[in-house]
Amino acid sequence: MIQVSLHKTLQSAQGKISLEVECSFTTGSFVTIYGPSGAGKTTLLRMLAGLLKPDDGFIKMGDNIWFDAKQRIDLAPQKRSIGFVFQDYALFPNMSVAQNIGFGLNKKDDKAIVEEWLDILDLQQLRDRKSDTLSGGQKQRVALARALVRKPALLLLDEPLSALDHKMQQRLQDELLQMHRKFNLTTMLVSHDIAEIYKVSDKVFVLENGTIQRKGRPEDVFSDSTATGSFQFTGEVLGIKKEDIIYVVSVLVGNNIVKIIGTENEVDNLGPGDKILLSSKAFNPLFKKIG
Amino acid sequence: MIDLEPIWLTARLALITTAILFVVSVPLAHWLAYTKWKGKAIIEAIVSMPLVLPPSVLGFYLLLAFSPSHAFGNLLDKYFDVRLVFSFAGLVISSVIYSLPFMVYPLQSGFSALPPTMREASFSLGKSTFKTLMSVLLPNIKPSVLTALVLTFAHTVGEFGVVLMIGGNIPGETKVASIAIYDEVEMMNYDNANMYAMILFSITFLILLAVYTFNHNFRKARFI
Repeated sequence: MIQVSLHKTLQSAQGKISLEVECSFTTGSFVTIYGPSGAGKTTLLRMLAGLLKPDDGFIKMGDNIWFDAKQRIDLAPQKRSIGFVFQDYALFPNMSVAQNIGFGLNKKDDKAIVEEWLDILDLQQLRDRKSDTLSGGQKQRVALARALVRKPALLLLDEPLSALDHKMQQRLQDELLQMHRKFNLTTMLVSHDIAEIYKVSDKVFVLENGTIQRKGRPEDVFSDSTATGSFQFTGEVLGIKKEDIIYVVSVLVGNNIVKIIGTENEVDNLGPGDKILLSSKAFNPLFKKIG
Repeated sequence: MIDLEPIWLTARLALITTAILFVVSVPLAHWLAYTKWKGKAIIEAIVSMPLVLPPSVLGFYLLLAFSPSHAFGNLLDKYFDVRLVFSFAGLVISSVIYSLPFMVYPLQSGFSALPPTMREASFSLGKSTFKTLMSVLLPNIKPSVLTALVLTFAHTVGEFGVVLMIGGNIPGETKVASIAIYDEVEMMNYDNANMYAMILFSITFLILLAVYTFNHNFRKARFI
């Protein structure tokens, strides 16, 4: 069981934020921290890793105490058994892929494990490449292998997939899940992609305004608030064209341009650049598998 | 033909100064780049002093400090039998102080320009601060290291005021090239002065040319 109770006052552009986090999860589970940017997700991860000192509270990894303000215990990051995959991957540009992965090993460790990881994550062909020459997805896999090579008790992932394209995200989510199951890794992922959270996590913590607002299985946490009988999208008006007696409004929703029909009343005070809310009752939506 | 002794002396002084300063400045610059201590500005101000102080001011105080008729100099003289005034050792110490900012600042800005996560990633992999410095930070700021080394070397070659105050003009001991030029001009030997000056001029140009060439190539190699 991993128990975390942390307090930290942060200085931000909007003034002081008080971060007050309490959460616990079982060893071997895959948990996700979800929340708007600036909510303190990365800060929480950094405190767990020992890279940032909390003002108060404790971090207990089973019987091991990593941090306890009352007992004045604060293990250095080197003493905590963690793997950390940073948002920018933080690979070492002076080293090759194989050297990056092997960097975490001690002198007497068996170097064969580097080869194993190169095989597992399909990196053998890139082993001698410098990290600057890799693509985003390749860097992510190297960062993951590097973090896992020491068999950490807790794997921390700070939005590692957010900079990748959809296909690569899918592939790496599968790989993450495989690693997690194979090695029974306790994993904590920061993500704001609900689909990703549904796919990978056992438990999700919603961090908003500095505290955990909701927690539980992804289907429970997200179903009350987001899933309803109707579709809702926000979009931006690109243009309005009059055709006979109706108006065709082009709206940008995500990366798609949709054309919708409006009446004169509806488009009366609407112009390009306006934000609008699109909604529709979902009695009979069409859907088919695309991937 | 000119006496080449002052040129060799200058080279020796600059090499020893650069070596000592590198060893001292790497930990100092590393500390300055990462400390969250609020009094950091005081240290930065002290390190920067030689940049703005007239060399004669620095030379004057060092002369007082090293002189056996004052407390510190007296102590050295009495207990260690060391006399720093008008000696090569005294020149080395004053050059180290005088060129300190030229070594510290390029290194410090090199460290600060690295993404902080690079250092944290090394910590999360169980590596100590020292190991991180040697295997991750320094290899990734090679252009800064080279700039620091060369600026320090060149600045020491070019120093005059401090050397004159503290070292005087003893051949083979404290008569470095810049002093030799001054000396020859004083004695109206313009040809000799010109020889010394040309040598310093060419060496300095060649060193800087090499640095800029290397740094361009390093950047190109990293961002193809």
